[in-house]
Amino acid sequence: MRQTVVEKIISNHSERAVATGEIAIVTVDGAMATDATAPFAIQAFEKMGGERVWDPQRVSLVIDHASPAPNERVANLHSMMRAFSKRTGCRLYDVGEGICHQLMVEDGRVRPGDIFVGADSHTPTYGALNALAVGVGSTDLAAVMLTGKIWLKVPETIQIELVGEFSKGVTAKDLILFLVGQLGLSGATYKVVELTGPALHNLSLASRMTLANMTAEMGAKSGLVDPTDLDLPHPFEPTCPDEGARYSQRHSFDVSLLEPQVAVPHSPDKVKRVSEVAGQKVDQAFIGSCTNARLEDLQMAARVLQGKRIDPRVRLIVAPASKRVFESALKDGTAAILSESGATFITSGCGPCVGTHQGVPGDGEVIISSTNRNFRGRMGNRKASIYLASPAVVAASALQGEITDPVQLLSGEELEWELR
Amino acid sequence: MGTAVSTYIGTAHVFGDNVDTDRIIPGKYTKTLDLANLATHVLEDVDPTFSSRVQPGDIVVAGNNFGAGSSREQAPLALQAAGVAVVVANFFARIFYRNAINIGLPVVEVGRHEIQTGHEVEVDLSDGWVKDRRTGQRYKATQMPEVMVDILNAGGLVNYLREHGNYG
Repeated sequence: MRQTVVEKIISNHSERAVATGEIAIVTVDGAMATDATAPFAIQAFEKMGGERVWDPQRVSLVIDHASPAPNERVANLHSMMRAFSKRTGCRLYDVGEGICHQLMVEDGRVRPGDIFVGADSHTPTYGALNALAVGVGSTDLAAVMLTGKIWLKVPETIQIELVGEFSKGVTAKDLILFLVGQLGLSGATYKVVELTGPALHNLSLASRMTLANMTAEMGAKSGLVDPTDLDLPHPFEPTCPDEGARYSQRHSFDVSLLEPQVAVPHSPDKVKRVSEVAGQKVDQAFIGSCTNARLEDLQMAARVLQGKRIDPRVRLIVAPASKRVFESALKDGTAAILSESGATFITSGCGPCVGTHQGVPGDGEVIISSTNRNFRGRMGNRKASIYLASPAVVAASALQGEITDPVQLLSGEELEWELR
Repeated sequence: MGTAVSTYIGTAHVFGDNVDTDRIIPGKYTKTLDLANLATHVLEDVDPTFSSRVQPGDIVVAGNNFGAGSSREQAPLALQAAGVAVVVANFFARIFYRNAINIGLPVVEVGRHEIQTGHEVEVDLSDGWVKDRRTGQRYKATQMPEVMVDILNAGGLVNYLREHGNYG
């Protein structure tokens, strides 16, 4: 049988080889829940009669969605997570350690070839590692904590081949925004999106994570990025598709045609070229989230902002993807450049992106953000408008007070992002 | 155990395409275990009067991709706590679909339909159809995987695992 990557990974975790369309009960290598999903998961686990977690070494709980606690209600949910972790031995990542998806990768909680189940819709991020990572809700996660298993339907795969070289100032975020625009919000519902081709071989792990992350915005069950030349601190055996594996769709795209992209209100699939929306005034700019808050993202923004001051009418908020990312940005001077340009650093976490705290916009305000969703009300105010873009576009827009193409702003040399 | 109910009759509340989970229950309300509080904010950004108008047993009917976006189980929980008995849609976003079944909220995919708000709708889960009782139009439902039928019949994944102890 000629298999796709997802067929291979699911077969490896199942009692028998399975093909697309079949239901498989698989063993899980790792599981994670956040403060948005863990409280209901813990409650469901207890209702199931759960006392011991199937393998505490493989379960992570992360406090990142409303962190530090903005009120007593959330503080008590955090206490509930800490108590559960103490009782069961699950690994708890507490306030400030980072965003769940960054931590799982950074801390080696997920490895190539794994099946990982996360109670967060951006779990597909670990497809960058050649792992099958699937987002679920609280009760499914509770069942994984109890049994170490989950049922999955083996999904069809959409393959997108990417050729050519990125132009200066164009990033992985621009590519994935473009692809979300092409496939649409439900273009990959129930399916896996496999991103492959020579254009991706030079990309850093961080950029690959940005790509896999936003396959969620196509409705995908998971995203998988071609592991060719993937640079990891440990050796791994890549899982690649067989020649002649069956795909439900195949697309090809030359990335050299791409310019910076922006998703306009109020859906991540409403994607335009930055030149079409340039000049739109902004009130707040945000660099953060599991999509774009890693060191290369902060460095990219620093290239744009070095030695300059942002527009005084704009608030620029930065939430690094993890404490480790923040410390790297402190050591290499990136954090100082951003701070001196007028940026404000907040605790590493998801707050502004999910509208819990630390950056809720006012009525009628316009936000440019390096995050993944711009649904109405997403950042906590339905009367605000959110534009999504790369950290470079966000930084350039903060500088000018209006949506700005960084390519127009900077010379070629400054646009040499270090994407490796 | 198993739920005996497989037929529902209720008033339809019709919504469009791509009603995402941020619209079903905004993120700012999700950090809670209080279901009644979730119910008071359900769908408020789409229709601020919905939570006060919805009656126990009513049926939410939507277009494409209902429940897109976040994995928050608070979305189907909010609908269920507000009294919604069944959700019918052209198709659902994947995680919402699983979550709804896992908490014992029936969800039915029927493809394109012409059901209007206020129409009385009948849903037969075991035979797999949805009927608009105002127009008489009947829609065939998509077949659900057997494991999901078992979970729904148990009243959700909590009860399923209490009964079976494990999958399979």
